[in-house]
Amino acid sequence: MPNPVPQRYHGLSGMAWLSTLFLAGCKGQQSVLAPAGRDAEVLAGLFWVLLAGAVVLWLAVNGLMLYIAHLNPRPQSRRMAEGLIIGGGIVLPTLLLTALLIYSLREMPRQREAGSGLTVRITGESWWWRVEYLREGTPIASANEVRLPTGSRSELVLEASEYIHSFWIPAFGGKTDMIPGRTTRMSLEPTKSGEYRGQCTEFCGESHARMALIGVAMEPQDFAEWLTAQAGPADDPLTPQAMRGRDIFLREGCGGCHTIRGTPAQGAVGPDLTHFGGRRSLAAATLPMERQALIDWLRDPAAIKPGVRMPAYDHVPEADLADLATYLEGLE
Amino acid sequence: MSASDVSPTAPGSDVLDSPMQGVWPPTPAMLASPVDPDLSRAQAKRLRKAWETPRGWRHVTAVNNTHVGKWYAMTALAFMLGAGVLALLMRIQLAVPENGFLDSDRFNQFFTMHGSAMMFLFAVPMFEAISILLLPALLGTRDMPFPRLSAYGYWCFLIGGIFVLGSVLFDAAPSSGWFMYPPLATESEGIGADIWLLGLSFIEVASIAAAVELIVGVIKCRPPGMRINLMPLYAWYVLVVGGMILFAFPPLIAGDFLFELQRSLDWPFFDPDRGGDPLLWQHLFWIFGHPEVYIIFLPSIAIAAMVVPTAARVPIAGYSWIVLSAVGTGFLSFGLWVHHMFTTGLPALSLGFFSAASEAVVIPTGVQIFAFLATLMVGRARMILPMLWIAGAVAIFTAGGLTGVMVALAPFDWQVHDTYFIVAHLHYTLFGGMVFPVIGGVYYFFPVIKKKKLSERLGRWSFWLCFTGFNICFLPMHLTGLLGMPRRVYTYQADLGWNALNLVSTVGAFVLALGILVFVWDLVRPKRHEPHTPRNPWGAGTLEWTHDVPDEPWGVRSVPYITSRYPLWDQPELLARMDAGRFYLPDAPEGLRETMITSAVDAVPLHVARLSGPGWSPLVAALFTGGAFILPTFKIYTPAVICGLLAIAAILFWLWTATARIPEKPFKDGGLGLRLPTYVSGPKAPGWWAVFITMLGDATGFASLVFGMFFYWTARPDFPPPDSPHADPVLSGIAALLFGAAWAATRLARGLNAAGLIGAARGSLLAGPLLALAGCGALIAAILHLAPQTHVYPAMVWALVIWTVSHVLCGAIMQGYCLARSLAGRMTAQYDADLWNTTLFWHFLLATCLIGTAMVALIPRAM
Repeated sequence: MPNPVPQRYHGLSGMAWLSTLFLAGCKGQQSVLAPAGRDAEVLAGLFWVLLAGAVVLWLAVNGLMLYIAHLNPRPQSRRMAEGLIIGGGIVLPTLLLTALLIYSLREMPRQREAGSGLTVRITGESWWWRVEYLREGTPIASANEVRLPTGSRSELVLEASEYIHSFWIPAFGGKTDMIPGRTTRMSLEPTKSGEYRGQCTEFCGESHARMALIGVAMEPQDFAEWLTAQAGPADDPLTPQAMRGRDIFLREGCGGCHTIRGTPAQGAVGPDLTHFGGRRSLAAATLPMERQALIDWLRDPAAIKPGVRMPAYDHVPEADLADLATYLEGLE
Repeated sequence: MSASDVSPTAPGSDVLDSPMQGVWPPTPAMLASPVDPDLSRAQAKRLRKAWETPRGWRHVTAVNNTHVGKWYAMTALAFMLGAGVLALLMRIQLAVPENGFLDSDRFNQFFTMHGSAMMFLFAVPMFEAISILLLPALLGTRDMPFPRLSAYGYWCFLIGGIFVLGSVLFDAAPSSGWFMYPPLATESEGIGADIWLLGLSFIEVASIAAAVELIVGVIKCRPPGMRINLMPLYAWYVLVVGGMILFAFPPLIAGDFLFELQRSLDWPFFDPDRGGDPLLWQHLFWIFGHPEVYIIFLPSIAIAAMVVPTAARVPIAGYSWIVLSAVGTGFLSFGLWVHHMFTTGLPALSLGFFSAASEAVVIPTGVQIFAFLATLMVGRARMILPMLWIAGAVAIFTAGGLTGVMVALAPFDWQVHDTYFIVAHLHYTLFGGMVFPVIGGVYYFFPVIKKKKLSERLGRWSFWLCFTGFNICFLPMHLTGLLGMPRRVYTYQADLGWNALNLVSTVGAFVLALGILVFVWDLVRPKRHEPHTPRNPWGAGTLEWTHDVPDEPWGVRSVPYITSRYPLWDQPELLARMDAGRFYLPDAPEGLRETMITSAVDAVPLHVARLSGPGWSPLVAALFTGGAFILPTFKIYTPAVICGLLAIAAILFWLWTATARIPEKPFKDGGLGLRLPTYVSGPKAPGWWAVFITMLGDATGFASLVFGMFFYWTARPDFPPPDSPHADPVLSGIAALLFGAAWAATRLARGLNAAGLIGAARGSLLAGPLLALAGCGALIAAILHLAPQTHVYPAMVWALVIWTVSHVLCGAIMQGYCLARSLAGRMTAQYDADLWNTTLFWHFLLATCLIGTAMVALIPRAM
């Protein structure tokens, strides 16, 4: 499968002692260990502390076992044994765990605190993400891509339509479930601009594996400009191909499910496509935003995403699909 | 009184009101006096006859714990291998990105069945199997207290397990995950979810039955003198785990009950559009699900607690600490369930509380591990093969425990929850805390069962293959999870940095599978030509090594008098005297299967229990029970009801013919100068304890429904809906009064019967069921106008009424049964155990009825 978004390397200090395999892994775009948000940074730091502690304790316990079992030392007294049980089983863990709880509660990330700037409502659908930037009046609708400004804490309001999902962009912070009938929330504060992959982490049926999204952290100025552009209606098609594509879009009834603001297409079942061409990925970060991928998707979405609600358009001639793709790509 | 106090004249003060007659405790002179060899041979012959196992096709009617336990263990092993094959198929699918080996739906079925089968068809049943197999041996007793109940539980398990696991072969398996979260699972099409709900509820009922029996076995069937602080640690763990099953499974069964009502009748318990809430299921599931982890883990610690002292050749260090820790773990495990729900948006306060509680459980767990290390330090550790497996288990488990410390911190869990980090963590705890100790236990205990050892060479090969394979498979998964790979995905994209890690895991899985195969081969390969081992090949100190199975079916030749935790080390004459028939119950002059029942704490002999022997009724009852659970899956309701009625008939037949039989004489010679009653009723009888313990579990199930009612009230603003009709208060009040009267009639009947007023007692027993049925009618009439499909409030009211009414019907059958027993002369003023048990059932039932009617008619008006 081609690469949906450019890979980025987020270097980590203090890890050189780990294996090359490990370092290779850190190039991933969905990594807990490559934080780009305030909360993820805290949690990655916490992880390294926890890991170091765990390694030391594991070596101590198992080293002791190996020593007793293999070196067969002189038998110890019952008093000594009792001491080991009380010291190792009660005193040591009580001290360590108390310290750990105090430390980790102090370091508790702020992602449950109220956000201060932007509010985004994200709804887990089957199997994609409805994303709405809330403002006075109609929210600005998008899908499968969450853009947040760096340097401020944005509020995320999480809902679900049919099934339970879990919203997670590990580079920004921890996850929160989206539960039908309930509204959950969290806040995130990206620190480094860039693109980061996220994925649904609560099993949600057939296409759970195909429910990803792109988190984009932007400089505040860039973000403001982008949001203003998003608020506007769709660009009119300029080329004849694209114009044909728009006619096909309307003829095939795509507007029954999808909205393209500024056209008669006002459906609310599927993702809003007003600025579709400007997104970084296709089909909930399953495919790259490329022409051929788009045509394949339109022809038979279920071949890519099992159980998908969008019907196949394999009855549409290939040339028409190409025009349709041209139109959609142009909706930047 | 100390059990080692063998004063010849003064019997202990705590037995003065016991109807036991004779000398207690036995004097050294009595124990030392030889048994006439001819007499001993004659006794042995009679005993052998009484305990004979049916041969040929009647072998399936066997109920002896050594047979049932073996079938149980082998069946659980077979299910484990099946679930393991599913895991390998999933690993093939995940070996490379965008693989097409399994499609999404098939993969979802496989991971659902892998988890469900490993939990419900392997881990818990394996504990019960091993315990049924070994507990009588560990306690030096003849058999479990209710052998036919063990057999019934086994057949239920076999039928249910084949049904559930077999569904995978027909592409009809559940596919919503072993946790079955609604709305995904409530709305899933096909019969998969119903197979899960009904098939596994059926097995859960069997699991509870086994737990009840194991608890009663530990409390009442210990050998004379084995006070509670002398019990082998394994028995303590059985007690703790049995108790946990008793309180953990009923919330799940209550959840299953609501869930299946939603699926088959569209009652909206988990549907937010009609006032329901998917989170209620998550709470009920994890109130079960977290104790479940410790239900799986503690028995394996128990095995280690038996192996370690033998390997070190010294008594366990810190016995009391271990017991306290086991009990503490049991309690704590019920306070941790929310850590499976850290990401559901709960308030910060409860996150902090459950984080701290989850960390606290490290302490009792650590105590148990350090007690083993301490024992090895006190003695001289021998790396016998079982000990190697235990050491491997400790290495793996401590790693799983330490990642557990990490994920117990709510904020860290927000990152790794539902990723491969958790997959790694849970497999580290379950392999270290279950699979490795159990295999070690099989290598250790095998000579108890077959008098042969498994192969040392194959055992070491198996160990090293499993140990390396396991770590190659699961160690990389920690990193895979940190790099963002979620659980339960059927495939992944190639550019996420997960490819190499997944491939390595798949290779490891196959190495691990090879190790398991070597073990299975070692277990099942023919061993006919290998010599028998001596009876105690490891030089252990506990009673199971006195067993002479399979050569002798009786368990113990005579039930010993115990004064030590390690009798074979501390009581040097013990084995010879047991074999000679010096101790209790050395004979079976009546040709009946008998065992000793002793007091709960001090193990003072109380009576001789007559155990039920082989019979068809458990198998027949299990078949019909299976029909009653399985047929509704296919929406075949009438035959299901008929099956249910036939199952009840089969159980009644079994009770009628095999339980509470009036003995030919009230007392009999129990050996060593003791005359013991042959029939007891009330709290002295194991049957009464079984009813009491079962009803504790039943009450937990009911409490879960009541919890559900309050959950909706606190979680949903529209519960109950302001304009909703309520249950009729007058009819509900009448129902409560009628239930009270039915209870009073039962209690009165017991008093009248004991006073010899048999006619009046029968009259009272006749009135009881009529009052009970009238109460049911009134309660149903009180809520008939409520439409359960419209909103969760009327649905919840209906669910409570169904629960109450079905229990009252059960109570009415029991009253009728007592009446019939009295009329048939099988229950008299003196022999009244049935009536005692029925009265006890009604005590619980009264509480259910009163709380149930209050929840239906009173509380909602105040909400």
